[in-house]
Amino acid sequence: MRSPEIATDPAKAPGARSRVRLQGDWTLRALAHRLRGFREQLAGRRDDVAWSLTGISRLDSFGAALMWHAWGKRWPECIEIPDDLRAIIDRVAASAESPLPRVPRFNIVDAVIVLGSALLSFRDHALDFTRLLGLLCLDLAYLMRHPAEWPLREISANVYKAGFKAMPVAALVGFLIGVVMSYLSALQLRAFGADIFIVNILGLGIIRELGPVLVSVLVAGRSGSAMTAQLGVMRVTEEIDALTAMGVSRTIRLILPKVIALTLAMPLLVLWTSSVALLGGMLSAWLQLDLGMAFFVDRLPQVVPFANLVIGFAKGAVFGLMIALVACHFGLRVSPNTESLSANTTASVVSSITVVILVDALFAIATRSIGVPR
Amino acid sequence: MNAKPVIELRGIVTRFGATVVHDGLDLTVHRGEVVALVGGSGSGKTTLLRHIIGLTRPAAGEVSVFGAPLFSGSVREQRTRRRRFGVLFQHGALFSAMNVADNIGFPLRELRLATDAEIANLVALKLSLVELDPSTALLMPAELSGGMVKRVALARALALEPELLLLDEPTAGLDPDRSMAFVELVRSLQRQLGLTVVLVTHDVDTLAALATKIAILSDRRIVSCVSLEETMELDHPFVDSFFRKPFGLRAGVRGGGMR
Repeated sequence: MRSPEIATDPAKAPGARSRVRLQGDWTLRALAHRLRGFREQLAGRRDDVAWSLTGISRLDSFGAALMWHAWGKRWPECIEIPDDLRAIIDRVAASAESPLPRVPRFNIVDAVIVLGSALLSFRDHALDFTRLLGLLCLDLAYLMRHPAEWPLREISANVYKAGFKAMPVAALVGFLIGVVMSYLSALQLRAFGADIFIVNILGLGIIRELGPVLVSVLVAGRSGSAMTAQLGVMRVTEEIDALTAMGVSRTIRLILPKVIALTLAMPLLVLWTSSVALLGGMLSAWLQLDLGMAFFVDRLPQVVPFANLVIGFAKGAVFGLMIALVACHFGLRVSPNTESLSANTTASVVSSITVVILVDALFAIATRSIGVPR
Repeated sequence: MNAKPVIELRGIVTRFGATVVHDGLDLTVHRGEVVALVGGSGSGKTTLLRHIIGLTRPAAGEVSVFGAPLFSGSVREQRTRRRRFGVLFQHGALFSAMNVADNIGFPLRELRLATDAEIANLVALKLSLVELDPSTALLMPAELSGGMVKRVALARALALEPELLLLDEPTAGLDPDRSMAFVELVRSLQRQLGLTVVLVTHDVDTLAALATKIAILSDRRIVSCVSLEETMELDHPFVDSFFRKPFGLRAGVRGGGMR
């Protein structure tokens, strides 16, 4: 590899042009180190000097493009160049003539289109979601008539993956939240001498509200995203099409098991997390307020009506159902590229958490007179 | 520099768990050669190509590219070495989040050497080089047909003016018509730009049309690396099954008659 050079011979006679000789390898690799200087030396001198390219040993299209653009996309008036090099530069010049189409600029019409397509896509989502629900109902009806075809193995696999494997992290989060809540409430309650009410606050708050929502957020992030990504990749690799081609219903084999498994596993996870959170709260209350653990356990059923446990359980099941449905819905919408996969996974997690909070609000309104001691 | 082989593999050993794929494999490729790597499925052709690219490292042995071990020198030297070869992956491996023009311009943009106008110019040049219409520039990879994906991927592989081109199954998944056109394209580019090419292929027509040398990977080593006519005369079970079975006859006739 010969390094590229620019040599300048001064003008021989006054009024004559000085000569610029380009030498060596004018290739991307050879030019890379000294590109800036070369660019400056080449620029703006097209017709002022006489160019000699006879000393160039190798020229690639990068070198050719560099010269052509430095010359302002025109041949210099005075140039000495071998034919093969001229051919290379000619090819670059020809492609500079036919420029690439540009991405059109964003204008007001596009803004309207963006707005409209957002509305339309919302409609699409609603329609698709309804269709998915309908399909699942049809599948359930079918399975009722053909009990032998229940995908029990898949359901149990999903219960294990989404439920059992989430237990450690759910316990950790629940325990810490229990401790923190108990600690913060204890500080306030002690000021009023109302220490004993910590049982009411923790019991009601965790069992009825915090447990289900906390688990939902965890599960949406953990299992919901995994479900979307799994279905999405299966779409990208055409595995879902392969299933359909074999006459296997993708809803029965892939979606129904996920939905049923999460609906079953979530209440149990809620129960587990709420108990661990109460344990954390109990420990904290014992250390902070000197409230005996036995007393806490004894008092809990007295101040927290049993209905709350049922509500917590029901919330868990409904939230699980929602998360699985939303995750599968977005998973099936993935189109075969990486961008769409990431966008749909994000959308899946965000939407399922939002849906859970919305449904939680509905629950709060619907059950406002149940299980709250007056 | 010209005397040094472009690729030199010495005593390559590759193991996947308990299976030995390559056992003391040697291969030398000189400048300007077009070497086709053939072998039964699972014989480790693609793995060997990945060793050359540096995506995997052999358990033993040395991979030298352009006269120096692939992983020698500073990070900067290694990077520079890597930019001297272009790779065409089997499925194109286009970045699905970018359109065609951005895909081809990406390596140049990463270098931070060329101006935007120069990049646009070079992208247009590469597009015309692989015989694609400039209007394809704004398409996304998902909108391209199989043949176009290969062409765009080839254009991207050529973006950094490589001296060595590595092709993994360049014609797999193309119909015979398209695959012949693609082979013609690679051949004309190889002549035009003086490239050294290493390709992995299953397609007898492709290698008959393209390769100057055929490296047969069998029994965990390269059993021969000679021209097509000489390969046809070899007495080796793989040559029998690959070239002399009915589907190979056509290429055999052409290989014998053409040169």
